[in-house]
Amino acid sequence: MSGGRILAAGLALALLAPAASAQTVGEEWRSLTFSVFALIIALTMYVTWRAASKVRTSADFYAAGSGVSGLQNGWAIAGDYLSAASFLGIAGLISLYGYDGFMYSVGWLVAYVTVLLVIAEPCRNIGKYTMGDILAFRNNPRVVRAAMALSTITVATFYLTAQMVGGGVLVKTLIGLDYEVSVIAVGVLMLSYVLFGGMVATTYVQIIKAILLVLASLVMVCLVWSQYGFAGPHYFEQVVGNPGVQARVASLLGEAGSTLGPLELGQRFLEPGLYLKSPIDQISLGMALVLGTAGMPHILMRFFTVPTAQAARTSVIWAMAIIGGFYVLTLFLGTGAAMMVGPERIMAADKGGNMAAPLLAQYLGGGPDALLGNLMLSFVAAVAFATIVAVVAGLVLAAASAMSHDIWVGVIKGDQATDAEETRAARICSLIVGAVAITIGILAQGQNVAHLVALAFAVAASANLPVILLTLYWRRCNTAGCIAGLVVGAASAVGLLLVSPNMSYPLQQRAVQEEIIATQTARMTSLEQDSTLTIEARVQALAAAGAATAQARAELDRLGTATTSLVGLAAPWFPLRNPGLVSIPLGFLAVFLGSLLYRDPRAEAKWQELHVRANTGIGRSAASAH
Amino acid sequence: MPESSPPWAALAAAPAFRQLQARKSRFLWSLLGFSVVFYFLLPTGAAWFGEWFVIKVVGPVNAGLLFALSQFLVAWGVAWWYARRASEFDRIAGELASTLEVDRQHPEQEQSS
Repeated sequence: MSGGRILAAGLALALLAPAASAQTVGEEWRSLTFSVFALIIALTMYVTWRAASKVRTSADFYAAGSGVSGLQNGWAIAGDYLSAASFLGIAGLISLYGYDGFMYSVGWLVAYVTVLLVIAEPCRNIGKYTMGDILAFRNNPRVVRAAMALSTITVATFYLTAQMVGGGVLVKTLIGLDYEVSVIAVGVLMLSYVLFGGMVATTYVQIIKAILLVLASLVMVCLVWSQYGFAGPHYFEQVVGNPGVQARVASLLGEAGSTLGPLELGQRFLEPGLYLKSPIDQISLGMALVLGTAGMPHILMRFFTVPTAQAARTSVIWAMAIIGGFYVLTLFLGTGAAMMVGPERIMAADKGGNMAAPLLAQYLGGGPDALLGNLMLSFVAAVAFATIVAVVAGLVLAAASAMSHDIWVGVIKGDQATDAEETRAARICSLIVGAVAITIGILAQGQNVAHLVALAFAVAASANLPVILLTLYWRRCNTAGCIAGLVVGAASAVGLLLVSPNMSYPLQQRAVQEEIIATQTARMTSLEQDSTLTIEARVQALAAAGAATAQARAELDRLGTATTSLVGLAAPWFPLRNPGLVSIPLGFLAVFLGSLLYRDPRAEAKWQELHVRANTGIGRSAASAH
Repeated sequence: MPESSPPWAALAAAPAFRQLQARKSRFLWSLLGFSVVFYFLLPTGAAWFGEWFVIKVVGPVNAGLLFALSQFLVAWGVAWWYARRASEFDRIAGELASTLEVDRQHPEQEQSS
């Protein structure tokens, strides 16, 4: 196999970059950064090369021959789930908003309780490679495979777009690689894992990445503890007493915080309400997480890689231990970054706080001028890069499996394809999905894609989860119900998002910017007359106000003359940022109504078989040996 | 190997399966219900009962921080409890599968129920 060639391509990509301009990493440390990147990429390439010889059948390609152990799969699930958004995003939220960032992370773990209790084992017993397999068991196979595959591809595309754009921006911020180059690098690397090593390589890349991620976090947290003491009241006393934290809370609270003393401000960092201001929205997001994770195609697909339902159970329990442990560590990464780096510097590197963990790594190693500091920053950056590549690989594999296994073999060929044909189709589909992901990634440059992750979870929770759950647990569920649920669930989630506050509303944005200009202008006038300040303080404040005004004007120019959102609204029609609260009940309702209004003798005849199989595992073919 | 399809209807009606099914669903759905309710206490509590969250327990560590941490412990506890109970479900399912093997080896003894 052309393992050497993949390796060379990966290294070449990693070395392409020195032409671009440096950002977080200083110019003189670039060769060090690229060596660390090359080392980690080389490791994953070696694994892919080893895996490539093991992928002979379609079962190997889609499900690693069901030969993955529970512990391995647990790490791989954690690898799939701990995307850059949770690694960098949650640490950043905690460093900027304290308690609310930590509270936000809880829902991501609780989601696995649903997966563990009602999804993982029956899915393992009923399905083979895709979510379409589960529905096809008792419904009209062609119809439900086509619908489920479309829904899978939709969810994967939303998530992929967010990952590709996020990844491009991240790599650009971290090491100054051009946006397009980093998107293509992510895409080509991911494709080499998927094409040559299928699920075998993807699984090992996820495991390697998850271990590196946990290891890096553990080392960083231990270093934070070595300075502030182990996680106890004493640690949090220092968080509360930190001047940078206090200043951050004061700026967040504005007028409301002016009566609070320094320690009260610091204490406020450990209390809710600095970031999450709309409880209904939070409940809506919580529902999308708790039900959506169980409907994510790249997560569900992982349960087909283990030999038994018991191994599926073990893998979720390991995943919960790893993911939960990681989020607890994140609390200390976030608060550590807030104390050591300071919210101001974190915001300067990235407004959303994504640079909190990398900057903390740099600080812990001795700062931006030390070799160790830059080595640690490079390592964290390389792990973040590997994270994006691995998550994208899992998503591409899920979308490609739906295309080849459900649409090409199931719908077009009517299940009449040889194994060699199917394996080839799966590789071709991976190539197509990968090329589309790279194209979308480049086209979507500069777009705000953060809401696409929430949308992916909302569609998974409103369309995928209701049909999977009711197919497995409800006697009367049938083809009509599944189609109705998938269509209504996906359409309502996407439709509500299009009229939600996530879209940009130029009129409202313009009003916000004009208000900023008005307040800053008023401030400048009052500063000019204020004689209580020193000249220096006045000059500084004036410069800051001037800069804010200039920024607001630039923003106004960027908005141009548009007055309505993408769908022609002047103001959001639906008040919530996450559609789950409405679209999830609609999805379930559609499955109920569709199933009750239409009778499907096959779905009822197959119920007992499904019921026994799902609960006992009887009739499930044994795993192929590896 | 003669791969005749197992008698699914008979299996579904077998007392052992019905007992397994009843115990399993009662356990799983009540545990899931508890977990979901416990989780949603966090965002709803923070939003509408914030005054309880800010009560200091040890030094600056407040009730809200401990409650958020307890979410992790409860999720792990649920997983641990389920893993313990699941071995019992596995045992009943295993017995059911083995009676099926016996029936296949001695088809004359097969009884429809």
